[in-house]
Amino acid sequence: MAVIAKDSLIGRRIPKMDAPEKTAGKTRYVQDMKLPGQLVGMILRTDRVHARIKRIDTSRAQALPGVHAVLTAADIPQKPIGVNKDNPPLKGDKVRCIRDEIAAVAAESEEIAKAALKLIEVEYEDLPGLFDPTQAMQPGAPVIQEAKPNNIAMVFDYAHGDVGAGEAESDVVVEDEFYLHYVTHCCMGVSGVIADFEPTSGNLTIYSNTQVPFLHKREFSEVLGMDPGRIRIIQPPIGGGFGSKLDIYPFEPIAVYLAKATRRPVKLVFSREEEFIASPTRQPAIVKLRSGCKKDGTLTFRTVDILLDNGGYTSWGATIPFVMMQTFSSLYRVPHCLYHTKAVYTNNPYAGSFRGYGNLQATFAVEQQIDKMAEAIGMDNLAFRLKNAQAPGEVTGQGMVFKSCGFKECLTTAAERSGYVQKFSANAANRSKPSARKRGIGMASMLHVGGGAKIYPSDGCGTILKLDDFAHVTLITGASEIGQGSETVLSQLVCEELGLPMSAVTVVNNDTEITPWDVGVHASRTTFIAGNSAIGAARKAKEKILALASKVANLTPEQLDMRGGCIVRAEDGEVVMPLPKLLRSLHFSDKAELVMTTNYYEPPSVHQGKDFKGDVSATYAWATQVCEVEVDTDTGIVKLLKVTAAHDVGRVLNRLGLEGQIEGGIVMGQGYALSEDMVFKQGKLLNPAFRDYKLMTAPEVPEMDISFIESMDGEGPQGAKGVGEAPAICMAAAIANAIYNATGVRMTNLPFTPENVYRALKGAS
Amino acid sequence: MSLAVEIAFKLNGSPVRVSIPATMTALSMLRDQLNVTGTKYGCGEGECGACTILVDGLSVNSCLMFAVECDGRELTTVEGVAANPVNDRLRDALVEHGGVQCGFCTPGMVVQSKWLLDKHPHPDRHQVERGLEGNLCRCTGYKKIVDAVCGAGGSNE
Ligand code: FES
Ligand code: FES
Repeated sequence: MAVIAKDSLIGRRIPKMDAPEKTAGKTRYVQDMKLPGQLVGMILRTDRVHARIKRIDTSRAQALPGVHAVLTAADIPQKPIGVNKDNPPLKGDKVRCIRDEIAAVAAESEEIAKAALKLIEVEYEDLPGLFDPTQAMQPGAPVIQEAKPNNIAMVFDYAHGDVGAGEAESDVVVEDEFYLHYVTHCCMGVSGVIADFEPTSGNLTIYSNTQVPFLHKREFSEVLGMDPGRIRIIQPPIGGGFGSKLDIYPFEPIAVYLAKATRRPVKLVFSREEEFIASPTRQPAIVKLRSGCKKDGTLTFRTVDILLDNGGYTSWGATIPFVMMQTFSSLYRVPHCLYHTKAVYTNNPYAGSFRGYGNLQATFAVEQQIDKMAEAIGMDNLAFRLKNAQAPGEVTGQGMVFKSCGFKECLTTAAERSGYVQKFSANAANRSKPSARKRGIGMASMLHVGGGAKIYPSDGCGTILKLDDFAHVTLITGASEIGQGSETVLSQLVCEELGLPMSAVTVVNNDTEITPWDVGVHASRTTFIAGNSAIGAARKAKEKILALASKVANLTPEQLDMRGGCIVRAEDGEVVMPLPKLLRSLHFSDKAELVMTTNYYEPPSVHQGKDFKGDVSATYAWATQVCEVEVDTDTGIVKLLKVTAAHDVGRVLNRLGLEGQIEGGIVMGQGYALSEDMVFKQGKLLNPAFRDYKLMTAPEVPEMDISFIESMDGEGPQGAKGVGEAPAICMAAAIANAIYNATGVRMTNLPFTPENVYRALKGAS
Repeated sequence: MSLAVEIAFKLNGSPVRVSIPATMTALSMLRDQLNVTGTKYGCGEGECGACTILVDGLSVNSCLMFAVECDGRELTTVEGVAANPVNDRLRDALVEHGGVQCGFCTPGMVVQSKWLLDKHPHPDRHQVERGLEGNLCRCTGYKKIVDAVCGAGGSNE
């Protein structure tokens, strides 16, 4: 009899399942789709930053041959969308920022649609613009949203302990103001949607890039006043997300209204320029931070006051304070913390969620002040960090419970592998040398949710699993795929349970009519939440299979196992029967049955109340990143030479996919720190093109040394944690600390473009 | 409507004859007219490389080329690269090294790498990085794509 040894897929380098099709150019993204009869939808955006709309005349556009519909606010129900429900898809009374949608057309071709937009006449009465969030709070400032006459869109307050008492016992107090700039996602696939409405059945199919199909379905039903049962969302492969597709945006309902008006499918896809102007940004922030410590390096308190530019409307950007406060309150042990954030309306663009969700901004401030305090008390900053770092078993002031926590291992691993301590003092000693090129090394660490984030009452994900007569598995999951490799890791987890090769699985993950509910792809949650859900479904299938096999083999289920596509004896791996044969015997018996299971996983986390206290994630991810730079003090050019990263990932599942997430995040964080910058003048974006908005390119990628700390999380799928956002978070902070190490100049304002660095260096000398 | 022009060229080895507006780009001819959608639009301004194709063996941003300029030439798109088994080594390398995430930059990367390997069959790392400089990727951080092209070219560094 054949024998199959025990084997595991965990920790292997498993190529992404959809990669072969992608390298062949076969993958059809929403941009590539063409439905029969499809029209081109296009949006007219205002060129004013703040103005009353006095008149819109669409008659000439309507008359253009090949135009099927022209819509303005007057033609659609005024149902605002967004986090504060302050954003009508088409603006009727006034415009509040440069991207504002004021009319839309559906036409036979792009050429005709463009020509039609040019024929729409709009008359405005300009209103005073507001571009500075501090001015927006002044009495008598122009009002942006009439429902909020003081221009305050959102306020977050949080506290633990007593900062007064903390300050009283401090030997050193540092205070800084940090400024964090606008950047944007730059998904290589631009935003797009196809709306297909059938008036006789009332069925609406939306081909969408959304990261949150089930929340989207609900949003659409509210905006459109439709029965959600008639709305189907299909997600074709998505050309990048990074958080940008977490909200519903005006272009989506507009496409639906055009489809309804024309009774034809309408495809609406942005140009790259439009993508820069009209897709969300990362939330900019002005962070005032005051922190204290004792002479021995014990942190005493932290007072945080943050001002967010909300732009003209409210999307997820305004809610980043929720994540930021976790870093201020809980990355290190801080006995006293007082936190206040305000988001105020201006005539600037509005921010959405973006990989890291406020944590890049918070970490930037926190980790620079750690270095400052360590320097002030004359303590090595690694030792300072280790002294205050969280450890397993801690419960923070915010109520986060750190069951597994590899923070200290991240710190020591990244420090040792980079030679941090020695290089730090050598560089500092070299500052005064005459050479214009200075070397610097800097460190930053981060804490982020790693087991989902219960920001909705449910943070769960459903799975349906079926095995066919040949033991081929169809894994139907609610989890969306945005390029991160969820389909591969979920298949891997299922195969691990069922002893099957990766080729035995097909994943279905893109159709709300088929897939079970999931809250969406965000908060680094998919591997953890959807992974646990998939494992649960696979275990149910295994139980059923082994129960049946035990009858056939005359052994107990515990004496059996599944390996290499067979039922085997657990103790020695001897093959009892090939799995397909067993499945067929079940199927083609008197009591015919199939193996099909379902599972819904809800993580054991807490939906926080108004005090923002409670264990919001089932586990937390940790990381330390060390950046080494060369600063050319003559030109201000900062070159990132090397990144040494140590990440507590719980456990390595797919090493290849994991490395890909970390590397991609590092380079995204590098771009945030060094080159990406949306330049606004009076609310107008001056650089809506890759020519002037610089993404990192292949030659600029630093050497990367990546280590994984396996803290084996008790709740994680095979012990793993979520890591999707983590690698982008530390970069700006670590680079800022490295620039200081090289030059003695503290960079509190992002980005570190040559011009900004040059000015800072000259200002300092 | 702009003037229609009739042109003839070879696309991935097969003859094609089309009538296109004089102002149309090669990219939109491929995507919108011929429904050959492997080649992607990323910027339309020659800045991202998602639209890279080969024209008479040279790598070109098809968004910057007028369709009329294709007349009498030989075009190779990602579909053409994939159709030739000689290029499986490059595609396999991209898959196995993890050079593909969302995949939107991938067709451009494949065509550009194919061109690079035709020119330098055993490129060093520096040559690969330089060769891919015009192709943006927002997902991978490039390292694994560069690893793959080095691997396909038989050089480890
Ligand atoms: S689409 Fe041609 S270079 Fe970007
Ligand atoms: S894989 Fe997504 S842009 Fe390159």
